[in-house]
Amino acid sequence: MKFLSDKAVERLRQNANLPDLSGTRYQLIECIARGGMGTVYAARDETLDRRVALKVLDVSVADGDLARRLNREARVLALLEHPGIVPVHDVGTLSDGRVFYTMKFVEGQRLDKFIETVTSLPDRLRLFLRICDAVAFAHARGVLHRDLKPANVMVGAFGEVLVMDWGLAKILREQSAEASEDDPNGTMLHTPPRPNDGGVQSTLATQATGQGTVMGTPGYMSPEQARGDIAQVDERSDIFSLGAMLRFLCSNPATATNRNRKSQVDKSLAAICAKATETNPANRYATVTDLSADVSRHLDGLPVSAREETIFDKAIRFYRRHTVAILLIAAYLTMRILFLIFSRR
Amino acid sequence: MKEGLMNKVLLGLLLGAVLGAIDGLTSWFTPAVRAQLAGIVIGSTVKGIIAGIAIGFFARKVHSLALGILFGLAIGFVLAFLVAYLQHGYYFEIILPGSLVGIIVGYATQRYGAAPAGIPATTR
Repeated sequence: MKFLSDKAVERLRQNANLPDLSGTRYQLIECIARGGMGTVYAARDETLDRRVALKVLDVSVADGDLARRLNREARVLALLEHPGIVPVHDVGTLSDGRVFYTMKFVEGQRLDKFIETVTSLPDRLRLFLRICDAVAFAHARGVLHRDLKPANVMVGAFGEVLVMDWGLAKILREQSAEASEDDPNGTMLHTPPRPNDGGVQSTLATQATGQGTVMGTPGYMSPEQARGDIAQVDERSDIFSLGAMLRFLCSNPATATNRNRKSQVDKSLAAICAKATETNPANRYATVTDLSADVSRHLDGLPVSAREETIFDKAIRFYRRHTVAILLIAAYLTMRILFLIFSRR
Repeated sequence: MKEGLMNKVLLGLLLGAVLGAIDGLTSWFTPAVRAQLAGIVIGSTVKGIIAGIAIGFFARKVHSLALGILFGLAIGFVLAFLVAYLQHGYYFEIILPGSLVGIIVGYATQRYGAAPAGIPATTR
């Protein structure tokens, strides 16, 4: 009697789980990521002849709670039309009863991988600012991401930055009454995905839960999220995650040059990170725009609101900002002094 | 125009005038020409203004820090050479500071001058 190997069993299981796309305009290409609730596939939209990412539930309960969650996630994405947020194309139910939605197929790298190729600190900060733009837009639409981390940001082939995985998103304002009905506490349990090496990040699976549930990713989740204190979770929780991301971007030693290492200990940047990741939300930046404004000011060599400077710090910053001009004037004065000395001889 | 930034031509003119005047005043340290100080200061200031305006116009047309500095050097050198030639001497003492002033004005107009509306900021 011959037994199937574990590998063969796993392959059979996966094939059995493949969604039935008959009756839709999509043709399955491959599985690109798995989450606790659903799986993301690369698919071809035959009508528009383009690649899309198709997220489908693992269970075939069209009117179940998970289905509502997936629908809700799609609606959150639809609410957020921004160049920095992955756009949703379509939502529906497959013939096997599983709910799905399709979104832009992003070819690129996750930020935590991409950043290894970016050695310049200013370039990293500019990337960060684009993430801030997308998150600020979502906040303006009344949506919290609640799971911001480098693995949830994709950098496309042309340098486009896309914030992914809005599965944990919470709608603050009642712009979508239906969405809030699904999630009265606005709280969901996060199940990490098992992405394969296809280079495409999926949105993550979520499950409804109540007060006291811990959600997010350790290291990036705010203390109030870690405590499961839903009442305290607001825009400043995302700001905490952004601060943790900023710290990651500034300190990732993988490819940092000596010059960058010097910049890593820059006091202004450290102060920005510290303010954004304050334990007490009241001490953090009030808005993402405030945080990004401080980072922009740091990039421009201007003082930041997160730190009071001493005269010495001001002098150093002035020198860094006007190094060439100062050196040119010094060269001119030196020349004049030398002329003076030699003319007296 | 960006807040706090000055028109490139005006910046070149002012910087050229100030640096030119300072350049001229330093001749006070040379006893042989101290008697002609006023003439030297006026001449040097006029030279600085001409160089500054030319460099400012160049900076308005060409948005390149390197080319701005090179143009400043060239203008500073040529004008200083003409002055030294007319003086029949002090070539080194006139050309070196004149060229350096040209470099400073060339750098400053590109780095600190405001681009006209609709044109991106200068290369930093």
